[in-house]
Amino acid sequence: MAKTQYYVPVGPIHPALKEPIRVEARVEGEKIVEVDVKRGFAHRGIEYMGMKRNAIQTLYLSERICGICSISHPYAFVVGSEKALGIEAPPRAQYIRTIIGELERIHSHILWLGVVAHEMGFDSLLFWTWKGREKLLDILELITGNRINYSVFMIGGVRRDIKESHVKALRDMINYYRTFNEEMKDVFLSDPVYKARTRGVAQLSKKMALELNVVGPVARAAGIRMDVRQDMPYDAYADIGVRAIVPQDIVGEARGDAYDITMVRLYEIDQSLDIIEYCLDEMPEGKLMAIPNYVALLAKIRRTEGEAIGAHEAPRGEVIHYFRYGNKRDGPLFWKVIAPSYNNINTWKPLLLGAEVADIPIVVAYIDPCMCCNDRLAVVRNEEGRIIDPEALHRKAVEKTERLKRELGVRE
Amino acid sequence: MNPETFIYAFTFPLLGVFLGLVYKGIDRRFSARLTSRIGPPIRQPFWDVGKLLLKETVVPENAVAWIFNAMPVVSFAASMTLLLYIPFGVLKAPLEGYGDLIVILYLLTLQSLSMAIGGFASGSPFSSVGAQREMVLMMSYEMPLATVIVGFALVYRSFSLTTIASTPVWSIVGPLAAMGIVLLFIALLVVTPAELAKLPFDIAEAETEICEGMLAEYSGRNLALFYLSDAVRGFAMAALEVVLFFPFTLTGMLDLNLTGTGYYVVEALWFLFKVLVIYLLAVTLVRTSFARFRIEQASRIFWVYVNIIALVGVALVWMGV
Repeated sequence: MAKTQYYVPVGPIHPALKEPIRVEARVEGEKIVEVDVKRGFAHRGIEYMGMKRNAIQTLYLSERICGICSISHPYAFVVGSEKALGIEAPPRAQYIRTIIGELERIHSHILWLGVVAHEMGFDSLLFWTWKGREKLLDILELITGNRINYSVFMIGGVRRDIKESHVKALRDMINYYRTFNEEMKDVFLSDPVYKARTRGVAQLSKKMALELNVVGPVARAAGIRMDVRQDMPYDAYADIGVRAIVPQDIVGEARGDAYDITMVRLYEIDQSLDIIEYCLDEMPEGKLMAIPNYVALLAKIRRTEGEAIGAHEAPRGEVIHYFRYGNKRDGPLFWKVIAPSYNNINTWKPLLLGAEVADIPIVVAYIDPCMCCNDRLAVVRNEEGRIIDPEALHRKAVEKTERLKRELGVRE
Repeated sequence: MNPETFIYAFTFPLLGVFLGLVYKGIDRRFSARLTSRIGPPIRQPFWDVGKLLLKETVVPENAVAWIFNAMPVVSFAASMTLLLYIPFGVLKAPLEGYGDLIVILYLLTLQSLSMAIGGFASGSPFSSVGAQREMVLMMSYEMPLATVIVGFALVYRSFSLTTIASTPVWSIVGPLAAMGIVLLFIALLVVTPAELAKLPFDIAEAETEICEGMLAEYSGRNLALFYLSDAVRGFAMAALEVVLFFPFTLTGMLDLNLTGTGYYVVEALWFLFKVLVIYLLAVTLVRTSFARFRIEQASRIFWVYVNIIALVGVALVWMGV
């Protein structure tokens, strides 16, 4: 007798998803036998908007790319911009930027821990972790004046200083989170039900992780020692010498499942606390901006011809911003953003195949997906500088494929 | 129809619905307090039912409409009938002479079954997956539940709940059998959240996985009926546990000399308090401190661990009696 197959559509609107994406799963009983992941439900066109504005406006636009990584995108933006413009932020500004970047990593990781607990029905943990996260948001508000979009970075520096009173609050916060993180490790890593639901779920081998090009904590959980802060140090990270955390360091082996990624994220919170502490201890004195005058800064951008890539290790993985300045414009002539979720979502299909329906939310949540980071507007121009419409682009793509097939002698 | 039957037929369902919703409200409030939230007011479930009754009842296009619409009624009727079999404190159960523990077992099953059939009839993939899970779960927890009932039958040589409620089980068993009864109680406590579809066994209704599963397509009046039957079932299940394991009366324990209305009021409040304690222990505390299991993990828990506990309990009872 043929088994009845059901078609379970997850998304674009589903309780397990916080943002729109569609996972079409065909199931036999509890087992998933066919998966299709469809993206492209959030259309925003931020890159296109950025290419119409000046660089300072675009910097604050880049904060709006993601709701959680609201400092990661500006961080990559300022690092890339400074490279392209050939300026360097003062050391104090670099340290402040690092502190804010690490504060964001902690709050993002705690947020993820709550979300993944919620996905498996453990709402008490969600409330507990999110309550613990409040203190961090308060600190961010104290330092920057805002809780979500901090608007504190500037090309060539930062706009606000960390004062003595802030340092005391930051040190209190570090002590608080050292205790809180120990409690979280206790709860997450020793809870038998959490272990039962995450051990072996969403398991990514090292080979598979390399093939799928995953980044960030997902890659580190699979045992790949990669981290932008370690591989391409920038700002204060160059002085600290960050070493990426992999499960081998903690328990001796990397299985790459949802449990390992929880472990990696929990230990990264400790690492971030260490980095913040180091920055507070070693904070250099000095000014905050390389070019304090915005008019002078924009004038410099207008004179600049050049391109650069800025990368930052966001809580979810590497954020890469590509720029080209020139053509006498005071904003980026070309701006391209690559967010970590774009790579990591590729893991869904192979991981969901053969998994159970009950694992869908965990597989979906374990990479900490961000859909609005993903959706980009691509503007393609032809040789004359005219925008090519989608139909023409499709026709050109088909023509190119046919040409390649002819040249390579490939037959269907 | 004599006046007594008339009163039972009208008062018991009303009282059952009222108490079920109040307990649901307390459960939500208590659970919120455990997770440092304020929580909804205790009367919130009443508002929920009222709101659902006012809303439109949508029947999906590819549903088997008559089964889809009939199942909430069956579920509600089953839970109401269930209520009539449980002795309310010192009051006798209205239908005491007409059934026993076996009937209660079937009535409990009937509710889960009607939800599963309604889920299948709705034609939604989420409901179908949910209904499949509910069937698997039912097959898993029915065995320990039946074992508990067999244990009681061994002690009393009868399946009648009235007999069981009239003499506390602890007063007629020896120490060995008492240990067995404790094990049976533990088994029944584990079965309770599964029977009531609460965390960690709300696998058939998993919100983040299959969008409330069997109830995904239900709305308006039909959902209100399921909501009510769920509330009543929660109260009935806790009341059943009290009747089986803690039938002690307050007047009996404290040697009070109460008569007339005072006696009935005090005993009713005492009974409600016991039910509340069991409810909070077996449902609220458990659902706040656990994550949802996968279906095969839940099956393993019931088939292996809970079954072993229940069977050892029955063996001890058999040796002790």
